[in-house]
Amino acid sequence: MPSTVAVTVARYRPERESEPSFQTYEIPVRKDWVVLDALNHIKDGLDGSLSYRWSCRMGVCGSCGMKVNGTPKLTCATFLSDYLPGPIRVEPLDYFPVVRDLVVDLTDFVRKLKQVKPWIIRKEEKPLGEGEYLQTPDQLDTYKQFSMCINCMLCYSACPIYGLEPSFIGPAAIALAQRYNMDSRDQGAAERLEILSEHDGIWQCTFVGECTKVCPKHVDPAGAIQQYKLAGATHWMRSLLLPRSAR
Amino acid sequence: MSEPHYTLYHPRWYRRRVSVWWWLQKGSYTRFVLREITSVFVAFFAVVYLWQIYTLGQGPEAYGRFLARLRTPLFLALDTVAFLFVLFHAITWFNLTPKAMVVRLRGKRVPDSVIVGANYAAWLVVSGAVAFIMLRG
Amino acid sequence: MERITPLLWLLFSAGGTVAALLFPVHLFLTGLAVPLGWVEAPRHEFLYRLVTHPVTRLYLLVLISLPLFHWAHRFRYTLYDGLQLKHLTELIAVLCYGAALVGTALAAYLLWTIA
Repeated sequence: MPSTVAVTVARYRPERESEPSFQTYEIPVRKDWVVLDALNHIKDGLDGSLSYRWSCRMGVCGSCGMKVNGTPKLTCATFLSDYLPGPIRVEPLDYFPVVRDLVVDLTDFVRKLKQVKPWIIRKEEKPLGEGEYLQTPDQLDTYKQFSMCINCMLCYSACPIYGLEPSFIGPAAIALAQRYNMDSRDQGAAERLEILSEHDGIWQCTFVGECTKVCPKHVDPAGAIQQYKLAGATHWMRSLLLPRSAR
Repeated sequence: MSEPHYTLYHPRWYRRRVSVWWWLQKGSYTRFVLREITSVFVAFFAVVYLWQIYTLGQGPEAYGRFLARLRTPLFLALDTVAFLFVLFHAITWFNLTPKAMVVRLRGKRVPDSVIVGANYAAWLVVSGAVAFIMLRG
Repeated sequence: MERITPLLWLLFSAGGTVAALLFPVHLFLTGLAVPLGWVEAPRHEFLYRLVTHPVTRLYLLVLISLPLFHWAHRFRYTLYDGLQLKHLTELIAVLCYGAALVGTALAAYLLWTIA
């Protein structure tokens, strides 16, 4: 194993440049170091001005998403040793405005998450005295995969449709909606379908499949979207042929 | 030296434009576009079949001319390319079917490979049936 | 347009399934095996009798129409995303689905009048 690797990091300092630039640092190669360790090494000793987000450093918070050699990844889960002899290129996530260096603006993403009503919707709440909503392991199994999302935005960064059409509601939001639709306690599927059947909802997706490829938690948002399309189409047919029962 | 990019109270964010060649920048994107292009060859063959039906209705000479036209190098080349693309469509279509169609038996999800296998089995059966019917006379 | 998107997607899916299951064998026979002499070309009287049967007419209508709608939907999105022709989106939709409708009408007419 070589003793150092060149890590080329995107820089953008709006107070003195109008376009991003790149800066290369020599990072010592430790057997179990990840890209986040390299960034921390830069910030701690080489260049304190580098700006980036991170938190848990173990793949559960979703803060450290960045592009490593062109692919969206969690930098806390991307080993330097997989990219030797380098160079390793670290850039901010695609399709989001860059605020500074490796930091992107999340506003659009957070707004879309809220749009899909990500909470249990009941026609009537059960009174407290009647106890909790019961759910079998099989019922949990129908939506559990979609509940594993850590909101890291790698899927948005991989989705070319989101890049071409920023109003597209996006993979994570649709997977989140599907997580609630499939929850046996939820009764809000029709309400969410109304929101997601609009022009920028599920029908914009052309099943490129990149979102599922880059997801670090194996949520399979592409699968969620295709399932949602089938459910949406079925609901549409039923409301056309049997208008009373679909309501 | 470029101008500092500050608006009052808010630094200028950098937004990158998506190139019209975005689909050439990554192998998986290119494969995706190729998959979408298969639809053109699907339409091409639908039109060829429509043409065949037309000539069938016009009588044996017209049909004979149609068959002769399909033997020309141009059509043989087109049909070969179309066949490869249609095959690519079929394979990608069967492999992706389980993503949209989740089947649950007795509470457990049927594995994707079973759905894919069922699709390929149906493909074989149906292809065999068509070939049998068409080649009898 | 928005309200019929589920219908267009259903046509796309049905057409894609028809094309995936049936086009390989039909294309292989008609476009390669027969012209290259690997199998004998079906005689005109045989095919004519086969095609005029009402079940075959329905089969052929489905075989031609649904894949055309599959193409229309897919191609429309490819032009929209791939070539970023956003400003022409309505025109593209009309041309694509319109072409599929014309093809379907043509197929229906030919199959109705073939006997």
